[in-house]
Amino acid sequence: MPTVIMPKMGDGMEEGTLLKWLRAAGETVAEGDPIAEIETDKVSLEISAEAAGTLTEQIASEGDSIPVGKPIAVILGEGETAQSAPSPQAAEAGAEDDRAVAADAPPATHADADGAAADSLVQAQGAATNGVTPAMPAEVTPAHAAPVRQAGERLRASPLVKRLAAEHGIDLQQVAGTGPGGRIVKDDIAPFLTGAAPIPAVAPAPTAPASEPQPAAPVAPAPSAQPAAAQTPVQAAANGRPAGVPREMSRIRRTTGKRMTESKQLVPHFYVSTDVDMAAAVAFRAQANAQVADDASKISFNDLIIKACALALREFPNLNTSLEGDQLHDHANIDINIAVAIEGGLIAPFIPDTDQKSLGAVARMAKDLVGRARSGGLKPEEYQGGTFTVSNLGMYDVEEFIAIINPPQAAILAVGSIKELPVVQDGQLTVGQRMKITLSADHRVTDGAEVARFLQAVKRSLENPMTLALS
Amino acid sequence: MPVMTYREALKSAMVAEMERDESVVMLGEDIGIYGGTHLITDGLFERFGPKRIIDTPIAEGGFTGAAIGMAMAGLRPIVEMMTWNFSFLAADQIIQNAAKLRYFSGGQVTVPLVIRGPNGGGVQLSAQHTHSLEGFYGHFPGLKVVSPVTPHDVKGMMLTAIRDPNPVIFLEAGALYGTKGEVPEGDFAVPFGEARVAREGRDISLIAYGRQVNMVLKIADKLAAEEGVEAEVIDLRSIRPFDEGTILESVRKTNRAVVVQEQWRYYSVASEVAALIQEQAFDHLDAPVERVSGEEVPAPYARNLEVAAFPSEQQILDAAHRALYRKV
Repeated sequence: MPTVIMPKMGDGMEEGTLLKWLRAAGETVAEGDPIAEIETDKVSLEISAEAAGTLTEQIASEGDSIPVGKPIAVILGEGETAQSAPSPQAAEAGAEDDRAVAADAPPATHADADGAAADSLVQAQGAATNGVTPAMPAEVTPAHAAPVRQAGERLRASPLVKRLAAEHGIDLQQVAGTGPGGRIVKDDIAPFLTGAAPIPAVAPAPTAPASEPQPAAPVAPAPSAQPAAAQTPVQAAANGRPAGVPREMSRIRRTTGKRMTESKQLVPHFYVSTDVDMAAAVAFRAQANAQVADDASKISFNDLIIKACALALREFPNLNTSLEGDQLHDHANIDINIAVAIEGGLIAPFIPDTDQKSLGAVARMAKDLVGRARSGGLKPEEYQGGTFTVSNLGMYDVEEFIAIINPPQAAILAVGSIKELPVVQDGQLTVGQRMKITLSADHRVTDGAEVARFLQAVKRSLENPMTLALS
Repeated sequence: MPVMTYREALKSAMVAEMERDESVVMLGEDIGIYGGTHLITDGLFERFGPKRIIDTPIAEGGFTGAAIGMAMAGLRPIVEMMTWNFSFLAADQIIQNAAKLRYFSGGQVTVPLVIRGPNGGGVQLSAQHTHSLEGFYGHFPGLKVVSPVTPHDVKGMMLTAIRDPNPVIFLEAGALYGTKGEVPEGDFAVPFGEARVAREGRDISLIAYGRQVNMVLKIADKLAAEEGVEAEVIDLRSIRPFDEGTILESVRKTNRAVVVQEQWRYYSVASEVAALIQEQAFDHLDAPVERVSGEEVPAPYARNLEVAAFPSEQQILDAAHRALYRKV
């Protein structure tokens, strides 16, 4: 019978947008088949069928914002029949007053009609659609989401929690209660209220890219927004917006802002810059790329810089650390994050074990990650983590810039454009190709001398690019 | 600001009103020549004479009834109950006459009467001499009931009580007559119907009155020092009229409440507070309202049993932890 619900893809996720149905109503689906594409605050994902059956009901429509835990679709197994599959309106109404839904449910399982808002919605609906087979209440489990209470178990929450959940659109079905008898208490939902839930890593660069593409899809709304209002695409707000009317910041913008503010306020940044002679790198890259046929394996300057940083971090492991409280955590692996400008914000996927990957592998992986970051196809595990960040604005004709550290990392490298400059070499005036790089570092973790030596190591590799290919 | 004992503060209010207003008189057992069983009226007989400091027979019903008549006739009597336990003998006068005459007469007659004395237990006076009667008297419309705990409030509220045109049940914290506190000089009547926020906090509301306020304040300090919990302490001080606003405002902020009282739980002030909170702050509650009350037995004489029968610091702490969902 399973009702497919909006899955929770991260602690901070409150709702997702149904981007696209991949299967039509009435189609037969096998377990594991992707049936819909959804978008969370940061990424687009596919939802797979948890059981084989017929995709009987598409409860949500493309473009709908659906709170976590709310039904999207119904898949009926063989022999099962739909009784009164709920419309989205019914689902909404159910959130307000579960009596309406519970009334359809088998009394033995759902006699808890006195429960307040959001109570047992998923189970009740599951049972409602499964009304002809009340002997199977054990199957009444939300698909995908890890169930925090047993099917049919009454949801207990303090009055305060119920009110706050209604005000903030929190689906209590997804919240484990720590109070007596599993009661959900204020502390249990505090992360949803303060936004203190783990936040995906965000690339810190002080400037936004020059060209900000218009979002192709509705941007996820603020948590407090009503679902109806949430569906307003950002285009409407960005273009032709009357002056003086404040605009809701996108979730990724707010996340970026929050983390950068924390970093700039808490982390004592200092900055060290150097000039890198990129003539050899330019030549090396041209030569290497001339010999590879597929575009995916072509090397960018950023790939060289990423690899150079990874190798330098082997020499300077102190910069490959995270400071948490008073404790410095050394990372066994060197995972370099790449700051990527995406619609309305930044995201920083990382390349695991960057130092151990060949230049070609780095190039292929970076291209894939950046591409999927821009199309919204990153998985949370691809951007939650990383040990050191490279932020490159070289493609935008930037002399130099400084970046804000991506906490809890210890440093971030800001990379400017490669410029043709008059330089003096062996007493002769000649044309050089120079690039400015600036490392922002956490002064609690490291000092100027170490950072300077680290930059020298990066510079040495980039000026002798063959070492990057050989190591 | 002068520091004085609860006893001195109480006396100073009555003396000030007797100086200011000739219609203020006192009646009670041994309040005159003897100076009062608890020395509240010590020296007043010499100062104001037998017409205004009236020693009475041991007959609560009689002298309370007489005082009601004096009040109806225009005087402002203060009746001392040696302890509130003896007021049961005067209950008919208090409840049937004092509380109702203004109502019966359509407002033509008022009863500006104060009945005062020590209330509550904790000093090994055994079952017949240990009662906390705020719930009992608070039940009757027509009476005002107050229970000040600081020297400041006992003076300020006595000034208000004497000037009030209605009968006032003035419940003193008998165990605290000797406690000291700052008391402003001069005339500072503390209005009835206003609870006092004795300590500001954001995490939990501890609500009490009478001598339990001091115990609760200690627990609040302990919670702050040991657990980082900032408790708000509310001293109700006025039982009727009852300040709903301060309680609700606090609970809407803290989302949890513990009500502490020495009296028995059933049909009590704490029950009233808990009911109010669930009626008007339901959507703000994160935990059930906890009540800490006296044990449901007549007050024991034996010290160990008496201690066990009244709310202890540990019981209050446990209740706070339950409301905070903390296991300690």
